[in-house]
Amino acid sequence: MSRIKSKFQDLKSKNQKALIAYIMAGFPNEKGTLSAVRGLVKGGADIIELGMPFSDPLADGPVIQNAGFHALQKGMNFEKFLVLVKKIRKETDIPLVLMTYTNLLYRQGYEKFISTVKKVGIDGLILPDMSVDESKDFLQAAKKHKMDTIFLISPNTSSERIKKIAGVSSGFLYLVSVFGTTGGQQQFQDYTTHAIKNAKKILDSKIPLGVGFGVSNPDQVRFIIKSGADAIIVGSAFLRLIENAPSEKIEGKIESFTKSLKKATISE
Amino acid sequence: MKLKYPKNGKFGEFGGRYIPETLVPAVEELEEAYLKYKDDTEFKKELRYYLTQYAGRPTPLYLAKNLTEFAGGAKIYLKREDLLHGGAHKINNTLGQGLLAKRMKKKRIIAETGAGQHGVATAMACSALGLHGEVYMGYKDTQRQKLNVFRMNLLGSKVHPVKEGTQTLKDAINEAIRDWITNVKTTYYLLGSAVGPHPYPVMVRDFQSVIGNEILVQMKELEKKSPDSVVACVGGGSNAIGTFYPLIDEDTKMFGIEAGGEGIKSGHHSATLVGGSKGILHGMLTYLLQDKEGQISETHSISAGLDYPGVGPEHSYLKDAKRVKYDAVNDKEAVEAFLLLSKHEGIIPALESAHAIAYAIKIAKNMPKSESIVVTLSGRGDKDVEEVGRYLSKNVKNKK
Repeated sequence: MSRIKSKFQDLKSKNQKALIAYIMAGFPNEKGTLSAVRGLVKGGADIIELGMPFSDPLADGPVIQNAGFHALQKGMNFEKFLVLVKKIRKETDIPLVLMTYTNLLYRQGYEKFISTVKKVGIDGLILPDMSVDESKDFLQAAKKHKMDTIFLISPNTSSERIKKIAGVSSGFLYLVSVFGTTGGQQQFQDYTTHAIKNAKKILDSKIPLGVGFGVSNPDQVRFIIKSGADAIIVGSAFLRLIENAPSEKIEGKIESFTKSLKKATISE
Repeated sequence: MKLKYPKNGKFGEFGGRYIPETLVPAVEELEEAYLKYKDDTEFKKELRYYLTQYAGRPTPLYLAKNLTEFAGGAKIYLKREDLLHGGAHKINNTLGQGLLAKRMKKKRIIAETGAGQHGVATAMACSALGLHGEVYMGYKDTQRQKLNVFRMNLLGSKVHPVKEGTQTLKDAINEAIRDWITNVKTTYYLLGSAVGPHPYPVMVRDFQSVIGNEILVQMKELEKKSPDSVVACVGGGSNAIGTFYPLIDEDTKMFGIEAGGEGIKSGHHSATLVGGSKGILHGMLTYLLQDKEGQISETHSISAGLDYPGVGPEHSYLKDAKRVKYDAVNDKEAVEAFLLLSKHEGIIPALESAHAIAYAIKIAKNMPKSESIVVTLSGRGDKDVEEVGRYLSKNVKNKK
């Protein structure tokens, strides 16, 4: 069973929801990423999403764009990413999901890319520009190497299409909470609640539902969990914290913020 | 070889829809509307009206006698898209999509622009059709094309300078897509080239095909046959695909000319089909300029309109099918052609189009006088006068 799947089973038996944290590999530098991972693990994050920077991240808002831009400027590349994941894997067995854009996989070949990252300990992939309609070769390669494929749905995705996307998703299904890019900090509106409830109904507990984009504080976490999500994904808020912390403080700051978010996932 | 409508959005293996899920309903709605109206009599009539009465179609096919003499070979005809309202072929597409947006009841229009020509054409269409326009433009481009920023403002559209990434066309497209994701319910994205997710490449091609269709009719009148060769410049490739598509089944040699910048070997160029490799960007699978890991490269060209690391997927298809020959012309040759056409014919071409002119002169020399070349003069060069001045003074200084 995949690390992601067994994590969700474990949480379910404890009647808990998952906290999924996104950070950018190589931001502010490799050492900082390792400190952030330690803080996340100590703080009780359940799954870590590692961003691999891409030059043209069109689904991302300013915070993740900026983090990716700086990581690339500092020389982050595929080799260094693999080294980083190996280092993380020496310290923790937490499920690791790689989030990036399709071209980085396509360029190497889906199969080569997936088998390489699988070997160093990546459990799943999220590609915001990989549409289910174009996913045949990608899915074939992922299946061969037992890589979880986490697809995204949106509040305007039709029920029929949610079924189709859920059918090719493994690990969890990622619901984008709002119309917008990552890192928006608006109040959630009714349509988000409706989208969560509708997706849950369609999924019928066959695959966990994670909700992300614009979730940045414990109140929002509680709101999303109350609406029925199985997992909550927080990204830009972590990056803002990392951006503003001196390097020796990253681990501690991430740990305490993670604790506050994790606490909010557990119903009183 | 002629692909009337791409199956599953694909031209062979190229094209498709590699997009965030939020945009899927939007492109589906767009495709549905496009299929509904593209052959609709009323829609066609209204578009025809605006193209003739507002934009100035049909455009002349002008025999450039002096240039022909200079080259000393085949006859060189110029398809005068530079004479259209706004000074470029872009208006063919913005009127078409603007009318479509109106039928889709979308009043807010967003667009990207490189040199500013598509931005200006969008602003004009919005003004004429009663729509609200907002244009994303790389900050660097707003600086090197200040006049067009001012024109867009005059025409009533808002310009958003984009300070992310390389601050050029590709970043303007990224930012326009982000806006579209955020405002997907109310907003129509009016893409300016034959790029992006399906159905944009086929739709933009169809709206620009008026160029090739007129060439065919005009050449049959003037020369009693279709042209022996056609030449067009390729950035994203909208004027080129509009020129080529109607001629695909004719006995015509086709040449798509990309920006060679400081030379292909220098790495400072925008010649995607000549020097690129397959990849995925802006919703499509196509040839790209990228590094070995798939990060998109910085491009260079003296002409902002060709300064783009991707290309329309139908061009990638026509390249691999060997129906069109793609080649590159560098900055220096383009500037020489710019000066040459200005001096010999009294026509100042856009720097983009000057690439095609330079290539046409090269091939004309080796063709018999009985044959004809049509060059699509996609735009006029008023916008480029300062840029050429800068280039010339820099290169004169370097020589000293």
